[in-house]
Amino acid sequence: MTTRVMRSGVIDAPAEAVWHLLRDFNGHGSWHPAIAQSRIEAGEPADLVGAVRAFSLQDGSFLREQLIALSDREMSFTYCLLDSPIPLHGYLARLQLRPVTDGGRCLLVWESSFTPPPAQAESLARLVGENIYEAGIAALQRHFGGAVPASREAAPATGVAAAPMLAAAAPQVVLSRPATRSTLQSAGASLAATAIRVEQYGGPEVMHLAEVTVPPPGPGEIRLQQTAIGVNFIDIYCRRGDFSLLQLPGIPGMEATGLVIDIGAGVADLSIGDRVAYAGPPIGAYADIRNVPADLVVRIPADLDDRTVAAAYLKGVTVDFLLQDVHSLKRGETVLLRAAAGGLGLLLSQAAKAAGARVIGVVSTPAKAEAARQAGCDEVLIQGRAEPGPLAPALQALTAGKGVDVVFDGGGGDTYAESLDCLGLRGHLISLGQASGAIGARDIDQLVAKSVTVSRPNFAHYNLDRETRRQRAARLFQSLRRGEIKVWPATALPLEAAAEAHRQLESRSNIGTYLLLP
Amino acid sequence: MAKVYISSVINAPAGQVWGVVRDFDGLPKWTPFVADSRIEQNQPADKIGCIRNFTLKDGGRIRERLLALSDYDFTVVYSILESPMGVESYIATLKLIPITDGDRCFAEWSAEFDCPPNREQELVAHIGRNVFLAAFQSLKSRFGG
Repeated sequence: MTTRVMRSGVIDAPAEAVWHLLRDFNGHGSWHPAIAQSRIEAGEPADLVGAVRAFSLQDGSFLREQLIALSDREMSFTYCLLDSPIPLHGYLARLQLRPVTDGGRCLLVWESSFTPPPAQAESLARLVGENIYEAGIAALQRHFGGAVPASREAAPATGVAAAPMLAAAAPQVVLSRPATRSTLQSAGASLAATAIRVEQYGGPEVMHLAEVTVPPPGPGEIRLQQTAIGVNFIDIYCRRGDFSLLQLPGIPGMEATGLVIDIGAGVADLSIGDRVAYAGPPIGAYADIRNVPADLVVRIPADLDDRTVAAAYLKGVTVDFLLQDVHSLKRGETVLLRAAAGGLGLLLSQAAKAAGARVIGVVSTPAKAEAARQAGCDEVLIQGRAEPGPLAPALQALTAGKGVDVVFDGGGGDTYAESLDCLGLRGHLISLGQASGAIGARDIDQLVAKSVTVSRPNFAHYNLDRETRRQRAARLFQSLRRGEIKVWPATALPLEAAAEAHRQLESRSNIGTYLLLP
Repeated sequence: MAKVYISSVINAPAGQVWGVVRDFDGLPKWTPFVADSRIEQNQPADKIGCIRNFTLKDGGRIRERLLALSDYDFTVVYSILESPMGVESYIATLKLIPITDGDRCFAEWSAEFDCPPNREQELVAHIGRNVFLAAFQSLKSRFGG
């Protein structure tokens, strides 16, 4: 006679974050209160179908279970009992997550069937349902920060004589944050990681893959398992030694998405398993595991994927502060946008157009011109190796001799003079970068000829406090979720190909963004 | 194939919610957008293969065939025979899963269909928001949130 048990509960976290924790067949000790220790036999990976976990409970009982099926697509896994001190014959269980699209939560369904001796069927069903499934679900609910529903009863100790195995676990174990941290295998331990290291400033060839050790997070820090790293031109400037942001030897990179795997002292509002993104110093994003200040990260909405966020976050926040704080565009203003088909350019085109400006993009090839047009540029000028002529004549024609109101220029020294030339009276030149090298010393007095303003904004200065960072992220995420901004699919390269990503970016061959995948 | 998936939580036991949604002819009773409905040929509403013929409050007419019904799994599967949406090979599944924690109910509604690529985004958004989610919201308020 087959007994079936099913328990289900809502967990207040996106399905992907909960799945990331659950799918580790050997990780149940980090969230289930009944588990004391666990290991995978024969050194196999925990997500190898057929892997066997050998584990002990708090009362000393020893069990072995085998992974029968695992699906990331369905967010479910199935396993069976091989060895156990109680007669759960033929025990086959399945755990599945389903997203609640109406709110960033998920449903966990845990069910099993087994054939116990008839006299024990009822008590064993209660033991499995309450001490294993309900206790596990409640622990996960607390782990992800939600309130435990009022219907939960205390102390589900049942049939102690018939179930000595879990008697010790019967009193509800409340997993407070410190206990969760101490049962996590990585907590308190340094982790071996892989990162790109730079030992001297120079070209892309100075970046090497290296093994590094990441200590446990300090006070106010979190440790991240990174999932996608955004490549930005600031990384190139740092690698060249233009700024002192990258101290030697050091790890470059300013932007990534990842999962929180460890929490340092004093961090109250993040949980292990949270999916987060960050942009900005401290430098060090080109790694698979790293520590960052908890204040720097923002949670990623459940309906945005890591790669889209890693491709758009730093650049999207840049667009936000440029148009909110550096130059608030008025309807009808004319904007000249260099590198209009680059990662930042494609986002800035769309935003400038949405603000009602007339956008003239500058690109170096016809293929890029098409992308720039799709991003909203009203006109596109091609100025590249094949057609190196000056912009001013074409711009004079397009603006009836008046020049443009705003220039966004990341070119640096080589393009500064020409950008000034393109401006009309009371125009604003916003220097975003220095791809060709620093602008250097220039004559301020010449600016009076057209009453020009020159800005050289620094990303960090426009993102100094946590509230500002959160507001910029919220605006950007909302636009992304509503489909108001299009993010071109990024070129994704493995982390070890960081030098190649820099080479391609510096050769100006790219449309859109590069990502490094750890 | 375009795909829609919407899910929600309803504050009532799954058995109770199933009693409402299992009636293939009952859309006017639990959705806000259906005016009236009948089963063609006077067949019972739980006969597999029966066809429901219903009109929307905005005037459109839809015919759908019942493909599967399970009182065990709380699942209804049906296909669209005719509708003003211009979709092809449209098959939808409505399923309830009991949430034992709190004796509530998880409801999920999914559909797969073919349509011209330039209409996919708009149809997915419309079906997801104005049909599935709207119906779930109606069910939620009926059962107290």
